[in-house]
Amino acid sequence: MSKKSFRQAINEALRQEMRRDPTVILMGEDVAGGRGGSAGVTDAWGGVLGVTKGLYEEFGATRVLDTPITEASYIGAAAGAAVTGLRPVAELMFVDFVGCCLDQIMNQAAKFRYMFGGKARTPLVIRAMYGAGFNAAAQHSQALYPLFTHIPGLKVVIPSSPYEAKGLLISAIRDDDPVIFLENKVMYDEEEEVPDEAYTIPFGEANLTREGDDVTIVAFGRMVGFANQAADRLEKKGISCTVIDPRTTSPLDRDTILECVADTGRLVIVDESSPRCNMATDIAALVAEEAFDTLRAPIRRVVPPHTPVPFATVLESLYMPSVEKIEAAVTATMNHRVVEKV
Amino acid sequence: MQIARETLLRSYRAMRTIRMFEERLHVEFATGEIPGFVHLYCGEEASAVGVCANLTDNDTIASTHRGHGHCIAKGVGVAGMMAEIYGRSTGVCRGKGGSMHIADLSCGMLGANGIVGGGPPLICGAALSHKTLGDGAVAVAFYGDGASNEGTTLESLNLASVWQLPAVFVVEDNGYGEATAASYACAGTQRARAAAFGMPYIECDGSDYFAVHQAAGEAIAHARGGNGPAMLHVHLTRWYGHFEGDAMTYRAPNEVAEARRDHDCLRLFRERVTQAGLFEGSALDEVDAAVADEIESAVLRAKDDPLPQAPDLMADVYVRY
Ligand SMILES: Cc1ncc(C[n+]2csc(CCOP(=O)(O)OP(=O)(O)O)c2C)c(N)n1
Ligand SMILES: [Mg+2]
Repeated sequence: MSKKSFRQAINEALRQEMRRDPTVILMGEDVAGGRGGSAGVTDAWGGVLGVTKGLYEEFGATRVLDTPITEASYIGAAAGAAVTGLRPVAELMFVDFVGCCLDQIMNQAAKFRYMFGGKARTPLVIRAMYGAGFNAAAQHSQALYPLFTHIPGLKVVIPSSPYEAKGLLISAIRDDDPVIFLENKVMYDEEEEVPDEAYTIPFGEANLTREGDDVTIVAFGRMVGFANQAADRLEKKGISCTVIDPRTTSPLDRDTILECVADTGRLVIVDESSPRCNMATDIAALVAEEAFDTLRAPIRRVVPPHTPVPFATVLESLYMPSVEKIEAAVTATMNHRVVEKV
Repeated sequence: MQIARETLLRSYRAMRTIRMFEERLHVEFATGEIPGFVHLYCGEEASAVGVCANLTDNDTIASTHRGHGHCIAKGVGVAGMMAEIYGRSTGVCRGKGGSMHIADLSCGMLGANGIVGGGPPLICGAALSHKTLGDGAVAVAFYGDGASNEGTTLESLNLASVWQLPAVFVVEDNGYGEATAASYACAGTQRARAAAFGMPYIECDGSDYFAVHQAAGEAIAHARGGNGPAMLHVHLTRWYGHFEGDAMTYRAPNEVAEARRDHDCLRLFRERVTQAGLFEGSALDEVDAAVADEIESAVLRAKDDPLPQAPDLMADVYVRY
C-alpha cells in the first residue's frame, strides 16, 4: 500500500493486467508516442497526459500500439479484435471524440452478443477522459456517460478516486462485455492509498462514502468528492447525509439507492452531464416509480444547464455543479414543507 | 505570375502578425494567465497567407485546432482574437469558444476546430453552397498530416469529387500529428490519395510564400473554374510543441533550430523582395513596428476587457427555443 495518484493507479492496473494476461493489448493515439520522430525516442508521451507512460517500454510494439488519428477504424479494430481473441484496451483520449467512432461502439461492439444469439464475447475496454473544469471548451469537456448508459450491451464505469480507478479498471479488463471507462481529466493528480497488488471492484455495487439520516446524495465520478465536501459542511449545520457513489451507471445498483432513500426520505442527485436524459433524470425516475411513498420532499438535481460547455472561466464555473450548489440543494430539500391538501 | 505590390505588402504584414501573435502567446501562456489549450502556428505562416492571398471574403475556409494563422490570414481581427483567447466578452466568440474555436463567418472563416478532421466535410458543404448559389466562390479546407488519416477527410475527398465541388483540400504537412510522425502514421502518399479520388495534386515548400501563392493559385483556379476539387500539399515545420507545454522529446534538438535558420518564411520573403528591389528593408521594418504595436495593444486590451456575465451562459444555444 502506498499513496498513488489517479494517473498512477490506472497505469498500475494496466501494467498488472498486461503482465497477467498476454492477450491484453493497448491501442490509441500517442499511447506510446514518438514513433517515426526525429529523436528516435519511443514512449515519448505515454498518452497525452502521461497515463500509459512506461508500458511501451515493458511490453513493446506488439502490445502497445500507436494508432494514426483515425478513431472509427481503431475503435472498430479493437471491437473486432475483442470478438476474436484479444482483450484490447483502446484509448479514445477525450470522450468527445466518440462522435468520430460511435457506430463501431453503438451498432457493432454493443450489439454483437445479443444479435448473434449469445454467441459472442466482446472483452473490450474503451478508456476516455471526460468532464469540464479545464477551460477546454465545448468539444473537449463533455461528460457523455448518459449516452453510453443509454445503449444496451455497454457497461459504463466512472471511478471517483485512485483506489476506485485501479480496482474498477482491473474488473473492466477481466469483464467479457464492452466497457466504457471514463476518467475525469481534472483528477489525474489526486492521490490516496492504493494497494500495490491487483484487486477488483465489482460492477453494479455502489459504494457508500458516508452514511447519514437526513438526505441521500447520489453523485458520479468527480462529483463524489464534491458531495463529500458538501456533506462535511452540512454536518456542521446539523444535517447528516448519505453519499452514494454508484461506481457504474450500467449496471446501476438500484437497490442501494432505493434503500438509502427509504431511510432518509430525501434525495439529491449530482451529475456533471448535460441535464436532459442524464443520470439524474434516470435515478429520479427510478425513485419516483419505486419509492414514491418514502419521499418527504421533491427530488433535487444538481446539474449543469442545457448548454454546451463554455470556455471562459467565469462561465465554466457557473456551468459546473459545485460544493456550494450541492449544499444549497440539500438545504432546500431539508426546508421543504409538505402542504396538506384541503 | 506577377503578384501585386499591395498584395505582397499585405501578405508580409499578415505573416508578421501571425508570427508576433503566436510568439507573444508563447510568452503569455507561460505566465499561466491564458486558460485552456493553445496550439501555435509559428513557422507555418506562409501556408495560410499564401493560400488566403488567393481568396476573397466570399470564399470560405475551415481551419483546425492550430487555427490562429488561418484566422489572421483570412482577415479576422487580431484584437477580437486575443480577447477570445483570454476569455473576454469582447472576444470574436464572446469568450464562449477560446483558441480552438475562433470563427468569423463575416469573413468566410468557418472556425478553428477542436475535432481533428472536422473541417473537410464542412468544406464540402460550403462548396456545395457556393456551387448551388452560383456565387463563384470556393471553399478551402486546411487540415494536418494527422487529420489526413481521418475517415471524415478521406470521405470528403470522395464526396467533393463525386459532386464536382469547388473545394480545395490543403494538407498542411508539418511531419507530426501530436508526437507521432507522419512517416509512421500516413500510409502511401498524399499524391496517390488525390489521384485515387480523381483530383489534381500540387505540392510546395511551405516556407516559400511565393511557392505557396503560386501552387494555391493553381489549385484554387481549378476549383473556381468549375473543374471540381484539387489537393494542395504544403510541406512545413512547426516551431513549437504540439501544444504549449509539450517538451517535444520526440524531436531531434536540431530539427527546429535548422528550420528556424534555413526555412524561416519571413526572412526568406524579406530577402527575396529586397533583393528584387521591390521593397526597401526599412519599409518592411515599418510594418514590423506597426504589427508589434498592434499585438501589444491587443494583449493590453484583452487583459483589461470585461469578462462574460452570468446571462451569457444561457445565451445563443439556439436561435429560438
Ligand atoms: C477526432 C480527434 N482526435 C484526436 C484529437 C487530438 N488531437 C488534437 S490535435 C492532434 C494532432 C493533429 O495532427 P495534424 O492533423 O497533423 O495537425 P498539427 O497538429 O500537426 O497541426 C490530435 C491527435 C482531436 N482533437 N480530435
Ligand atoms: Mg501535423
